[in-house]
Amino acid sequence: MSSILAVDDSASMRKMVSFTLEQAGFEVVQASDGQEALRVAGEKAVDLVLTDVHMPGMDGIELIKALRALPDYRHTPILTLTTESSAEKKAQAKTAGATGWIVKPFTPDKLIGTIKMLLG
Amino acid sequence: MSMDLSEFLAVFFEECYEGLSAMEAGLLALDAGCTDAEAINTIFRAAHSIKGGSATFGLNEIPQFTHALETLLDQMRNGRCTVTRDAIDLLLESVDCLREMVDGTKAGTELNAKRIALVQRQLENMLSIGESASEPIASPAAKEHPSADKSNPSCWQIFFRPHAHMLQSGNDPYRLFRELATLGHLQVEADLSSLPSWVELKPESCYLAWKLWLEGELAREQILEIFQWVEGDCDLKVEKVEERADETQAQAESEVLGERQADIPNEVSSPSATGAKNERAGAGQNTGSIRVNIEKIDVLINLVGELVITQSMLNRFGEDFEQLHMNGLRDGLIQLTRNTRELQEAAMHIRMLPIGASFNRFPRLVRDLGNKLSKRVELSMSGENTELDKTVLEKISDPLVHLVRNALDHGIEAPEVRKAAGKPETGLLQLCAYHQGGNIVIEVKDDGAGLNKEKILRKAQEQGLVSASDTFSDEQVQNLIFQPGFSTAEKISDVSGRGVGMDVVRKNINDLGGHVQIRSEANKGTILTIRLPLTLAILEGQLVRIGTEIYVVPLTSIVESLQVEPTRVSSIAQRTGLYKLRDEYISIIRLAQVFHGHSHALDRGQLVVVEADNRRVGLAVEEMLGQQQVVIKSLETNFQPIRGVSGATILGDGRVALILDVPGLVQGCIDRSLTPIAA
Amino acid sequence: MTAKAHSDGATMQAQTGTHQYLTFLLAGEEYGVDILSVQEIRGCSSVTPIPNTPGYVLGVINLRGTVVPIVDLRKRFGLAAAEFGATTVFVVVRAIGLDRHRTMGMVVDAVSDVYNISPDEVKPAPDVGNAIDHDFVTGLATVDDKMMILLNIDRVMNSSVSEPLQTH
Repeated sequence: MSSILAVDDSASMRKMVSFTLEQAGFEVVQASDGQEALRVAGEKAVDLVLTDVHMPGMDGIELIKALRALPDYRHTPILTLTTESSAEKKAQAKTAGATGWIVKPFTPDKLIGTIKMLLG
Repeated sequence: MSMDLSEFLAVFFEECYEGLSAMEAGLLALDAGCTDAEAINTIFRAAHSIKGGSATFGLNEIPQFTHALETLLDQMRNGRCTVTRDAIDLLLESVDCLREMVDGTKAGTELNAKRIALVQRQLENMLSIGESASEPIASPAAKEHPSADKSNPSCWQIFFRPHAHMLQSGNDPYRLFRELATLGHLQVEADLSSLPSWVELKPESCYLAWKLWLEGELAREQILEIFQWVEGDCDLKVEKVEERADETQAQAESEVLGERQADIPNEVSSPSATGAKNERAGAGQNTGSIRVNIEKIDVLINLVGELVITQSMLNRFGEDFEQLHMNGLRDGLIQLTRNTRELQEAAMHIRMLPIGASFNRFPRLVRDLGNKLSKRVELSMSGENTELDKTVLEKISDPLVHLVRNALDHGIEAPEVRKAAGKPETGLLQLCAYHQGGNIVIEVKDDGAGLNKEKILRKAQEQGLVSASDTFSDEQVQNLIFQPGFSTAEKISDVSGRGVGMDVVRKNINDLGGHVQIRSEANKGTILTIRLPLTLAILEGQLVRIGTEIYVVPLTSIVESLQVEPTRVSSIAQRTGLYKLRDEYISIIRLAQVFHGHSHALDRGQLVVVEADNRRVGLAVEEMLGQQQVVIKSLETNFQPIRGVSGATILGDGRVALILDVPGLVQGCIDRSLTPIAA
Repeated sequence: MTAKAHSDGATMQAQTGTHQYLTFLLAGEEYGVDILSVQEIRGCSSVTPIPNTPGYVLGVINLRGTVVPIVDLRKRFGLAAAEFGATTVFVVVRAIGLDRHRTMGMVVDAVSDVYNISPDEVKPAPDVGNAIDHDFVTGLATVDDKMMILLNIDRVMNSSVSEPLQTH
């Protein structure tokens, strides 16, 4: 079973994403900000990381940079959850090493489909 | 969407409210002249979160509105738009509007479209005054698959050369090809020409390129969409082939899909149990807290209450046994007492919240009210982290609002008046909270006009509360404002002063088992001190015996207790008993008389001096027994409220003992004869 | 009082309109209350008196951790007072009021029996010269040549809960 790390400072988003992905057969771990995500990622390597961009403390961009520096996460798919209007953020994320993005709002099917595509 | 998101919605709404509060607090802080980028960022993030979340949950009006709001905040944090007072006022108005929208969405009622449109227009105006256009929000539908030219099958040739570092973003060509293959029939040919020698080969770089042919009913946009993540990280050319690929090309292909870089696969360790899921109580804070249904807490509190009763029951037996081998039992009981006390305190604390939750409405309130009354007020708060029981917190909120309104309306003077009096034009209102003994103390201080003794006396005489000939101490005069229907406002503003206020405030505080005191000095200001117990379930009590019955006097009311010295007892008109306590005379309430209709001789008993509403009274009892914690049982559940009694408790021996309501008792005795205390 | 008696009573009432009544003695007279209201029967225990209440409210007792008021029916109905005897018990009932339910107890001289009484066996009580408030009595029934006064226990108990008195 593939595992996914979902990072978002909004509990309702995390729950929704977790619920959706778990229904689809994935194992999901959650983190509410960049620091926690790094810690969780360090404890156990996940197969994919899904992260919000705007978070207090360490934001999504910083998290991506930090993850890419970890040996286990050099090529792990990392997706940002972003809204339409953040073209700038998409570019920043890419530069930081993100694999791609999923635009909010997204349907559960889109989320599952994208992740399944990435994880084969 | 086939999934039921309703349970997440509840959490989402909670987060919205928290986010809105954070925005409001942040905006008010900005108002004070702070232009901290991080502060604006926090406000922005809250708006962004609400927008993103509401869009995801399909609540469409909110994202539309929040978009303009978010854009304005974005420009502010980029420095493209200045933070003006007007902007802040508009943003505060937007927060109110948004809060209303969330309320409406949550309750399923119709939203106030006019207000929303108006505020949104104002936001857009402000945006166009500032920098140029925000990106228009794309409705969710816009992300749909562009309609392909499905009628005709087409053939596309794709040249794809990833840049060397493309793999480092976790993008895998194989995955891209898999996606392409879902669109139609795919053939792939690899170009190995750029592969360097093994020595020079860097495992994480990509040296391959591909030629792909894709046939099917699809449009160019669909192909480009698949490559959108790697745009800029590769060379990509997509060409429509007008004729179908001929035989020769088809033959030349061989799928090279199996060829992969050695380092691409991730290590997948077998998943173990997921880590702790930390849910946060507040957006933007990681306090490690958890939401619990309050009924569960009450069950726990009740169980602890039963434990306290059982433990005191056992303690009784422990006291009776003297034998040596009972020492073990006694030690066990001491341990049990300690465990029970700690458990009970812990359970109590679960129900406690910081008073900041109630205080945080005041900056906004003071600002708006100050504007409305044309008064300049600075609000200073301290002790926001002081914790108290959730129910007490909820019930003290309205009284506090009333006191603050009063302070602003009647206390703090208009700027000109203050200036004339030699005070700074801006008045100071202080709210502070701290723990003292087993209580929480809340103070509301203003440096305003203070209570006007003459005015109060005059009003009281008008209302027939007192007669003209009585003399009163300052304290007694100040206490008159707590009488029902009392108000010295010249005209009743709609802010406060309808006279329904102070007596209700005091009653509410008393009902919670607390006290309120007022101290005021003309022209200097007024201090209102509220004292509240930390819990409503358990109280520390002094057991007293009157006749054959045992009563409990809350320790928080007790000032001191003493053996009656008959020489100090005197009376007025043979009726009212008085006791000379050092320099003052205090009334004696013979509880036996009040409760049982007959009394014992005073010289045999003890006097428990209690304080209620700035007044000291001595309760005459026959005997003082021990002090202990008692679990409060309501009399109202199966019976009715009783004057002078705030509840009952079950003692260790199973008997029911009544808990005295000291303020109610004192007031009840006074009602029959308002006797001023001679100074 | 068993749960079975309750459910039997409820079933019977639903089916035939016949009520089961618990009867008790008070100053030589037989009274009955609908068994569905009766929660339990307790032996006498010490009662904590409460101030500022009518004389017929004896006080409160501890019923397994709940504080329950006890009404002295003799005083309530204006009958001669009497000491507690060997058979004196507290009948604990659940009284349904406008605003809520209350668990309350009443002092009776002795408990008699449980009888099935159908609606046609119940005659109205004459409303002249009644010692007891007419509202309290739902009717009279004759069982085994004995006259039974059927009480509207909800009214009896709820009316015992009055507004807080201003003076004692």
